[in-house]
Amino acid sequence: MGTQTPNGFNLDNSGTRIVVDPVTRIEGHMRVEVNVDSNNVIRNAVSTGTMWRGIEVILRNRDPRDAWAFTERICGVCTGTHALTSVRAVEDALHIAIPENANSIRNLMQLALQVHDHIVHFYHLHALDWVDVVSALSADPKATSTLAQSISSWPLSSPGYFKDLQTRLKKFVDSGQLGPFKNGYWGSKAYRLPPEANLMAVAHYLEALDFQKDIVKIHTIFGGKNPHPNWLVGGVPCPINVDGVGSVGALNMERLNYVTEIIDRLIEFNDLVYLPDIAAIGSFYKDWLYGGGLSGKSVLAYGDIPENANDYTPGNLSLPQGAIINGNLSEIFPVDHRDPTEIQEFVSHSWYKYGDESKGLHPWDGVTDPHYELGPNAKGTKTNIVELDEGGKYSWIKAPRWKGHAMEVGPLARWVVGYAQNKAEFKDPVDKFLKDLGLPLPALFSTLGRTAARALESQWAGYKMRHFQQKLIARIKAGDSSTANTEKWDPKTWPSEVKGVGFTEAPRGALAHWIKIKDGKIDNYQCVVPTTWNGSPRDPQGNIGAFEASLMDTPMADPNQPLEILRTIHSFDPCLACSTHVMGPDGQEMAKVQVR
Amino acid sequence: MAARAEPPRILVLGIGNILWADEGFGVRAVELFHARYRIPENVQILDGGTQGLYLVQFVQEADDLLVFDAIDYGLEPGTLKIVRDDEVPKFTGSKKMSLHQTGFQEVLSAADLLGSYPERLALVGCQPLDLEDWGGPLTQPVRDKLDRALDMAVAILAEWGAICVPRAAGDNPPSLLGNDIDFSNYERLQAATRHQGG
Repeated sequence: MGTQTPNGFNLDNSGTRIVVDPVTRIEGHMRVEVNVDSNNVIRNAVSTGTMWRGIEVILRNRDPRDAWAFTERICGVCTGTHALTSVRAVEDALHIAIPENANSIRNLMQLALQVHDHIVHFYHLHALDWVDVVSALSADPKATSTLAQSISSWPLSSPGYFKDLQTRLKKFVDSGQLGPFKNGYWGSKAYRLPPEANLMAVAHYLEALDFQKDIVKIHTIFGGKNPHPNWLVGGVPCPINVDGVGSVGALNMERLNYVTEIIDRLIEFNDLVYLPDIAAIGSFYKDWLYGGGLSGKSVLAYGDIPENANDYTPGNLSLPQGAIINGNLSEIFPVDHRDPTEIQEFVSHSWYKYGDESKGLHPWDGVTDPHYELGPNAKGTKTNIVELDEGGKYSWIKAPRWKGHAMEVGPLARWVVGYAQNKAEFKDPVDKFLKDLGLPLPALFSTLGRTAARALESQWAGYKMRHFQQKLIARIKAGDSSTANTEKWDPKTWPSEVKGVGFTEAPRGALAHWIKIKDGKIDNYQCVVPTTWNGSPRDPQGNIGAFEASLMDTPMADPNQPLEILRTIHSFDPCLACSTHVMGPDGQEMAKVQVR
Repeated sequence: MAARAEPPRILVLGIGNILWADEGFGVRAVELFHARYRIPENVQILDGGTQGLYLVQFVQEADDLLVFDAIDYGLEPGTLKIVRDDEVPKFTGSKKMSLHQTGFQEVLSAADLLGSYPERLALVGCQPLDLEDWGGPLTQPVRDKLDRALDMAVAILAEWGAICVPRAAGDNPPSLLGNDIDFSNYERLQAATRHQGG
């Protein structure tokens, strides 16, 4: 029974429908609807979300050299990576080569963002899907200390440290309605860590919160300011003046040494805190291997972190590039962002209009024409959707496909491609992680695997930062202080019509911007962001997207407490519209659950 | 509170997303505040955008915090409201779907958890009319209240001992936001595009 999708899932929407909807006063943002069978196993999954309605609406007729500043505002978390993708797109269109130092600095900023985002994502958002904060209150601080010391040499591990922390935590839990942690499903059977492991994780949650602010100082140093660091078409807006004492804004040895120190510290944090925590959590959840979805079938990575400047071919990229389809890890396809038949966006189930919706559009020819209508079987109204009809249009997210395939992007996709390419720097850490838990390779294709890949990547990125920092310092010492190429700064030097593409690996996955420039102004500008890939709705062929696929066949401990759904969706580090910060009078509940 | 030898470190923070119409209130307010007033040394001005949790270090470093932001208290669009100290909600949600949903409440809560909550906190909030107009300008009711919002901020800062004075004619500092996303350049082209394209 049910419907078989071309990408290998059997959908059955006959069971109880569960709706998990973050309540905001603005729009739907992200919402998941699933059907569970009589054993509370998910047999149909529908994800919908709000993304912006096309940056071209805002960028048309702007100066391409300013596009980064607009794209930096699309989103509150991925600011730098959008800016980087934007300047690369413009440089590609205008054939602008950047200096080596600019390449190293950009890599350092991008890798710093990876580490920062991965750490913050895990500790601040995702850890609470695995860690029961309230349970930590009943931990024995002495036993917690013993546990912590058994897995790592991280110095903050004494019984007194954990005792103090527990006292602080108790104060917060007691203040008001569970204080800052009031929204958890505390006590759910889906939580498996013993109290001591929970207390240790809470300690690291606070340490990560305190430490993350040092990581972003790298952006302040190289980008001139933070938040919203500066970027520049043609290089980086960061002059180098090694002997400069007190020269404002210029990069000198003192600042470079400070960056080196931060890199050392983040490597230590990854090695001694983040990785051991993931291994510890993994040991309690190693038989909870749901959530794999598309990761074992179809994954896509654009690649990033060019070793040498201006060469974006796969051989020069430290993060791997490639597409894998139908679970065949022995065949890795190249990815061509310019080929109109490879990356296409479909809108048959999205709230937009195309002339022919059976076809997809390549981003250079992308169109964003909103068309909000519910499917015939939807329940409720346009302003109060009770239940979506996934047979019709049901999401503001378009459905990007690679040669027609729904793809997962993100850290796990990158690591699967790197693993399949047999690259030791990706393969060995994965093999070690799995071996330590006594798990086979297919276990990687899971929510736990996605979470682990992010941690492994944070560790990898720290060492890569050290490499580019050393490279930068060596070149500066050899007398190269060039950071920008302004030869083509003047629009009069540009051809009248050009187009380009820039791509990066954002922390949450493959990101690309496509630009068309006409008479010195932006004519079209399209971004396909990681969450468009992962959060995509169905396409005309009926393929489900990565979020949807990841929820399939997951058993829920209690449908009223959709912890398993949140855990898996969070593991993608979804990136949604950032306009939800409006302050309300109460600490509003962010998600409501309806079971019907 | 014991007398301080040093003046308090005051942060004036604007938050919001300039790409979503009235969502931009906080950022536009702080941008105008910077353009119009000279501030004492102990005051820092910051365009926080939608940086959410990543603003925690700035909040931690501040003794006193003044925030411009859009609020939803169910008021008439364009209504200004000052919310102070404990009236400002702080919480950490774990059921949210995305890190991007970390609101300013969470920033406050995080600063609190880290043991460095501002001693004095004031929010100058404005009830928006339209948060869904992608690429749109501030709406008239909100725009009309910007001057008043700045007056309120000046009064609060004066209460905190920080006297801000209007800049003299010809004292034009670089805009807080550059690269064509400053208030006038952003909206100039948006208005033109809208008239052409509909």
